[in-house]
Amino acid sequence: MKNDDVLDLLIKELQGDLPVVSRPYLALAEKVGLTEDEVIDIINRWQTEGLMRRLGAVVRHNRLGFASNALVAWKVDASECDRVGNSLAASSRVSHCYWRQTPADWPYNIFSMIHARTRPELASIIEELAAQVGINEYKTITSMRELKKTSVHYR
Amino acid sequence: MDSIDRRLLNILQQGIPLVSCPFLEIADSLGISEEEVMTRISHLKQDGIIRRLGGVFDSPAMGMKSTLCAMTVPPERIKEVAGRVNAFTEVTHNYLRDDKFNMWFTVTASSAQALETILNKIMSDTGVKVTSMPVLQRYKIKVVFDLDEE
Repeated sequence: MKNDDVLDLLIKELQGDLPVVSRPYLALAEKVGLTEDEVIDIINRWQTEGLMRRLGAVVRHNRLGFASNALVAWKVDASECDRVGNSLAASSRVSHCYWRQTPADWPYNIFSMIHARTRPELASIIEELAAQVGINEYKTITSMRELKKTSVHYR
Repeated sequence: MDSIDRRLLNILQQGIPLVSCPFLEIADSLGISEEEVMTRISHLKQDGIIRRLGGVFDSPAMGMKSTLCAMTVPPERIKEVAGRVNAFTEVTHNYLRDDKFNMWFTVTASSAQALETILNKIMSDTGVKVTSMPVLQRYKIKVVFDLDEE
């Protein structure tokens, strides 16, 4: 087992940008003081343990034509949350779906992030999803402006 | 972007192979050379389509605590309040939205206590109530966009 400092260093590097070279894991390994095989093994283990969801490209969805997005919050009885949450999650246009603890003045507790190419397409996807889950009370919260977007800093 | 770029993006989003020469492996599956894969990746980055190539860590699995917060900010104070909220590195996303809650942001901190400290600090810095909506159940976290889908 490698000491925590080296692992922290590797986490820090992996939160950045992987070098686009023939042997990127070797480049990483040299930077943090491990071997190429060790880097590959550690990343493998982190993925198996669920610490790392994936190692890949993080894309800007608006540049891919998904220019119209909304956070839709649905008002769902606690007993129905799993059914509705899983049903929304099955849609390829839903990227995130969570059940959140909400205050009394905001009873919209299932949050789903929905992506579409155009405004009309977004509206029709939301209508289809509403019919699919059988929920009529929901709030479409469109984003007017992105004030900040960064990654989480783990170390 | 041509069809090879789209296939490449799908592969890169799913995961970079954990082998010594991952771009060569991708190149073989696309029937192009390793150099071409690397050149195409560089272009996709320059064009702003790829934000970065790297690890996506799972905050809860890493022991982090996070929440979605909502605020009702008077329109004339939006810039000032956004500045104060965004000053925290633990604030990862902040969006202005057209609702009675008009500012929505996510906070991810190293512990439940650290999270609470930040929320209290934001409230005292801005004088605006912060409504926290922590996750009870996750149904989906997906950041892969399938480009073949129509």
